[in-house]
Amino acid sequence: MIPTDRWLLPEGVEEALPPHSERLERARRRLLDLFHTWGYELVIPPFIEYLESLLVGTSRDLDVQTFKLVDQLNGRQLGVRADMTPQVARIDAHVLNRPGPTRLCYLGTVLRARGDGIGGSRSPLQVGAELYGHAGVDSDLEVIRLMLETLRFMGVEDLHLDLGHVGIYRALARRASLGEDDEYALFDVLQRKSVPELEAMLSLLDCGREISAALEALVSLHGGAEIFVWARKALAAGGSAVAACLDHLEALAERLARHEPAVTLHFDLGELRGYRYHTGVVFAAYAPGVGREIARGGRYDDIGAAFGRARPATGFSTDLRVLCELAPEPETSGGGAIYVGPEDVDAAEERIQALRARGERVVCGLSGQEGGAQALGCDRVLVRVDGNWIVKEV
Amino acid sequence: MLRIAVSKGRIFRECIPLLARAGVVPRDDPDTSRKLILDTNQADVKLVIIRAADVPTYVQYGAAELGVTGKDVLMEHGGEGLYEPLDLGIARCRLMVAGPRRAARLHRRLRIATKYVQSTRRYYAALGQQVEIVKLYGSMELAPLVGLADRIVDLVDTGNTLRANGLVPLEHIADISSRLVVNKAAMKMKHAAVSALVDALGRAVEEQAQEPA
Repeated sequence: MIPTDRWLLPEGVEEALPPHSERLERARRRLLDLFHTWGYELVIPPFIEYLESLLVGTSRDLDVQTFKLVDQLNGRQLGVRADMTPQVARIDAHVLNRPGPTRLCYLGTVLRARGDGIGGSRSPLQVGAELYGHAGVDSDLEVIRLMLETLRFMGVEDLHLDLGHVGIYRALARRASLGEDDEYALFDVLQRKSVPELEAMLSLLDCGREISAALEALVSLHGGAEIFVWARKALAAGGSAVAACLDHLEALAERLARHEPAVTLHFDLGELRGYRYHTGVVFAAYAPGVGREIARGGRYDDIGAAFGRARPATGFSTDLRVLCELAPEPETSGGGAIYVGPEDVDAAEERIQALRARGERVVCGLSGQEGGAQALGCDRVLVRVDGNWIVKEV
Repeated sequence: MLRIAVSKGRIFRECIPLLARAGVVPRDDPDTSRKLILDTNQADVKLVIIRAADVPTYVQYGAAELGVTGKDVLMEHGGEGLYEPLDLGIARCRLMVAGPRRAARLHRRLRIATKYVQSTRRYYAALGQQVEIVKLYGSMELAPLVGLADRIVDLVDTGNTLRANGLVPLEHIADISSRLVVNKAAMKMKHAAVSALVDALGRAVEEQAQEPA
């Protein structure tokens, strides 16, 4: 490092500066208020905890993404959270341990060892909500609608929702009696929708003509609601397990179409995002002009088991920094700050307090300072006229 | 609007007949035009001319909805965030290990010169062999001649360049051809337009395969 490089931040690590930082903070408060009105309670998990509890029931990807260090008190490995979802699951399963449905939300910085996204941010401001203790269309619907509401609330318009169900591939893979390696290799090919590789792989695997045809169909089963008719035929070999997944997805789609007519629905039965830990419906939101998903989530019913209590669970998460970049800045109400000259600060004390109590922003001049009201970003000044303090435009 | 990212040269030349069968004809020739975005006969389809190795990045971030690139490039890139629905069957070649015909017995790790660092590492790891990799950007054939490396991993088409430099192909790593890649978000948000083009190109590949060369 040469001395002039001291100001450089680590790759992908961001700070927020005014006015962007204020906007981020306003958005943070308003979003938590929104979650509150939906009945979601805020939890604040620790920034760092034992690695084993951070990584439980999750994918290997999360392990790679997690920054690690050693707790010098006891030599155990610590991780800086790369995703808050497992932390919140731990809180639900072990700490709160409530009987009925539990609704939790969270917001905080996470660290990712490898950045993702354009510019590769490694410090997203993750915000999300999780609903525990209910398995079914009702809870899937609620969480998806809260995600859509969050995005609209942040000013993101013209939303597209992508829906899938990992249970379909899971059931087909079980019927095909695939080994773990083959199941993963096939998963990888499906994720890339690589038709030529899929054909080559299925011809090598001996899993029966009907199941092969069904697995091959998965790669093309994406589009509007019309795919369900085709899917029921093409995936018939999957039996009742696959049919149940399709029923579930279709019921969800029907209710979503009714409640969210402005959102474009897209279905992708070969979409296996988070396949390692998701167990049911998976979904993601897209917006025009953005080449990747802007929010994502799904059902992960087994994650609590590692903490002694398997509970149905579904939730979503997104990055508040990304949302703030996407959406136009909403009009701020009220004027700028009010300036008080250094000679008036003592005399105007009461008036200054009264203005601040009303929520006005009052900046006191400092004797001998450089620049005046405008240099400090104030568009009004507090002046004495005939013995009264009045606020005047600059 | 659909943007298709294509690299200049062989891939572009072999891609044009397929695109034409699918109804997309560029209005300019990248070899004579300096334009990087080419209009086509379809108002809402453009071709974006970039380096082959950049195609996955452009498509991954949605700067182009579709792209055409070699499987070699995809194997290096990892293909994250991309769909690879079609093998276009063009620009065929092989990714191979090559080296001198008669190599001295080594009592150390093999040193491999290549531009394909990830593919090379994966290949030798699968063989259970630890090798040292020297990353180069071109003229790989030179490396064994001047003692920079023992072997090279590179694309082999006719094998003429290898022969001219006294090297022979030794091991086959993968068959390479150009693939159509699609941005995941585009596949979901512009589903009708994207799948129509993917299907049309798929039919074009089949038609072309049935015609005698």
